[in-house]
Amino acid sequence: MKYVDEFRDGVLAKNLAASIAQESRPDKTYRLMEFCGGHTHALSRYGLLGMLPANVQMIHGPGCPVCVLPIGRVDLAIRLALEHDVILCSYGDCLRVPASEQMSLLKAKARGADVRMVYSALDAVKIATQNPTRQVVFFAIGFETTTPPTASVIKQAQASGLKNFSVLCNHVLTLPAMEAILTQPGGVPLQGLVGPAHVSTVIGSQPYQSITSRFRMPIVISGFEPLDLLQAILMLLRQVNEGRAEVENEFTRAVTPEGNRKAQALVDEIFEVRDSFEWRGLGSLPVSGLKIRAAFAEFDAELRFPDLVYRNVPDHKACECGAILRGEKRPQDCKIFGTVCTPDNPVGSCMVSSEGACAAHYTYGRYTDSKGMP
Amino acid sequence: MSKTKSIYVRPLDIKQGRVDMSHGSGGRASAQLIETVFTAALDNEYLRQGNDGAVLPLPPAGSRLVMSTDGHVVSPLFFPGGNIGSLSVHGTVNDLAMMGARPLWLSASFILEEGLPLADLLRIVDSMARAAKTAGVVIVTGDTKVVERGKGDGVYISTTGVGYVQGTTNPSGNRARAGDTILLSGTIGDHGMAIMSQREGLQFESAIESDSAALHGLVAAMLATGADIRVLRDPTRGGLATTLNEIARQSGMGMVIDEAGIPVNKAVAAACEFLGLDPLYVANEGKLIAICAAADAAMLLAAMRAHPLGQSAAEIGAVIEDASCFVQMKTKLGGRRMVDWLNGDQLPRIC
Ligand code: SF4
Repeated sequence: MKYVDEFRDGVLAKNLAASIAQESRPDKTYRLMEFCGGHTHALSRYGLLGMLPANVQMIHGPGCPVCVLPIGRVDLAIRLALEHDVILCSYGDCLRVPASEQMSLLKAKARGADVRMVYSALDAVKIATQNPTRQVVFFAIGFETTTPPTASVIKQAQASGLKNFSVLCNHVLTLPAMEAILTQPGGVPLQGLVGPAHVSTVIGSQPYQSITSRFRMPIVISGFEPLDLLQAILMLLRQVNEGRAEVENEFTRAVTPEGNRKAQALVDEIFEVRDSFEWRGLGSLPVSGLKIRAAFAEFDAELRFPDLVYRNVPDHKACECGAILRGEKRPQDCKIFGTVCTPDNPVGSCMVSSEGACAAHYTYGRYTDSKGMP
Repeated sequence: MSKTKSIYVRPLDIKQGRVDMSHGSGGRASAQLIETVFTAALDNEYLRQGNDGAVLPLPPAGSRLVMSTDGHVVSPLFFPGGNIGSLSVHGTVNDLAMMGARPLWLSASFILEEGLPLADLLRIVDSMARAAKTAGVVIVTGDTKVVERGKGDGVYISTTGVGYVQGTTNPSGNRARAGDTILLSGTIGDHGMAIMSQREGLQFESAIESDSAALHGLVAAMLATGADIRVLRDPTRGGLATTLNEIARQSGMGMVIDEAGIPVNKAVAAACEFLGLDPLYVANEGKLIAICAAADAAMLLAAMRAHPLGQSAAEIGAVIEDASCFVQMKTKLGGRRMVDWLNGDQLPRIC
């Protein structure tokens, strides 16, 4: 545990907070977006937001895999489970995402659908092996972090000739989402980006260079520990103050410039980029999602069940998830935050996952709302 | 009993035998199980009479009766630091103690699952007997039922306790006032993580033991200081976080606690980190929260620390005025956040 304690040291944290305060210029506002939901969670959980000066504002980004999944994609999984009698395997976080007609995978399960929560893609393959007479579908979601494990099980399924296993692929890419955030009309002006930790261990720090050069946007890749985040914020402030726009890597203990080549090759072997993919909040983005290559088509649930057609479904009328994922609004700006919409009874996806901005603010931060604190 | 000739053809095979449906039938097999396992281990004048209930003396004049009940369904049945038997005694004794009461009598109701090894049952009942003896309470009446295999987790035990409280002692969840001090009797999360480490088959450098213990002795020492203990609560299921939220809501107050002041065993912290759990939400079975006026805090804390079950007692925070009844926490890092009720299940993170 020494390892963890090193990154949660109160004295170091206070020193970093003091350095941030010193570095921030009172005449400036620093709007920094933490792209990744893991960072959103950590900022709230460790109470870091209150340690920042008022002019250093953290804007929550779209890097929460469950949050950006549009209703239409969840509907597909629900239809598979209810109408095609498959065993639908999903990560726990997806089970409670509200879908069309007030359904969710959890509610489908209550109606008799065979929905199973798995901890990894491998668990889904095991279920398929154990149930040879049933079709088993893995509801794959996530950014570059969760893609290699999905690729690996597809490869494994082909090698072992598994006939009853397929993947409903919803894997998405980080860079197109960043680009969308920076190019959207009327979007919030940002001064810097905190780059994701786990994603960057896979893709490396190099790919972000296109963002820094095209948009003159400072990026600091940060680890998940609270001291990592404070350090990354300090590094961003320095870049802004010195007029630099570079990719800096705070998380050098895990992230290299080129990333994990093996994982990249594996993903490239199994997946190709879709022409476009629908994101909650960001709309339909070109070359932003992955699909399974033709050579592995038999494991593509969208091809195995041809009547499975994606339909775009608008979010709940009052739900501000879209604007929150674009960084334009805060959870507390949503009219039904904490009243109609709570973690026990989520209306939008941002209230479901622990990485969602609404869930994080509800769980750790909402006490500040009534007092006008940060 | 020893003078009458045994009515049983064969003695119970404790080593190899298992609970079967006949043990719950109310017939001879039931009687044999009760005599050999329960009455033998828990032996006292009330049980020995073999009646349907116990006739008990009144507590001292002027005192008030306190009664509480608790069901125990822990799995696994045996864990480092105790088993369901000792737990079922401590649970109810502590519920009485949290009312400021001196516990006297318990009843115990067992739901046994067909197939439970008799040796396990004996171990459980023995440990109940020892826990009761140490706590100075008497199990005066009981009941046993058997359910079919697959319909129970080996054994469920419900215990009900009766005790009495004297004088003006009146701890209650709704009496916390702004400015009051919040005290905690020791480390948190030990019981829950002892159970978890068994369930997940985890091996940690140092074994985590349940803190399961009867707290009325500690409470008696605290009451003896004369301090007005406004609130007493044992943070069991849902852990410290849930219990503080319950008290805050009952009292219509807020709280600010200090993360750095909350004692957590190293092994527990490590196990929580590994499993992605927050010790604030992990169960305890031998800890208490006490809330008193700030002026009484030092005296009460000293009394707690002088007791073997309160050695690492600490002041962890204060009650504040807050109509929303939020529990806030100063984090170790120097930040601040709220500590909410537990939201649903803690699911594994995927990214
Ligand atoms: S509070 Fe609920 S409804 Fe509002 S934006 Fe968040 S998730 Fe959507």
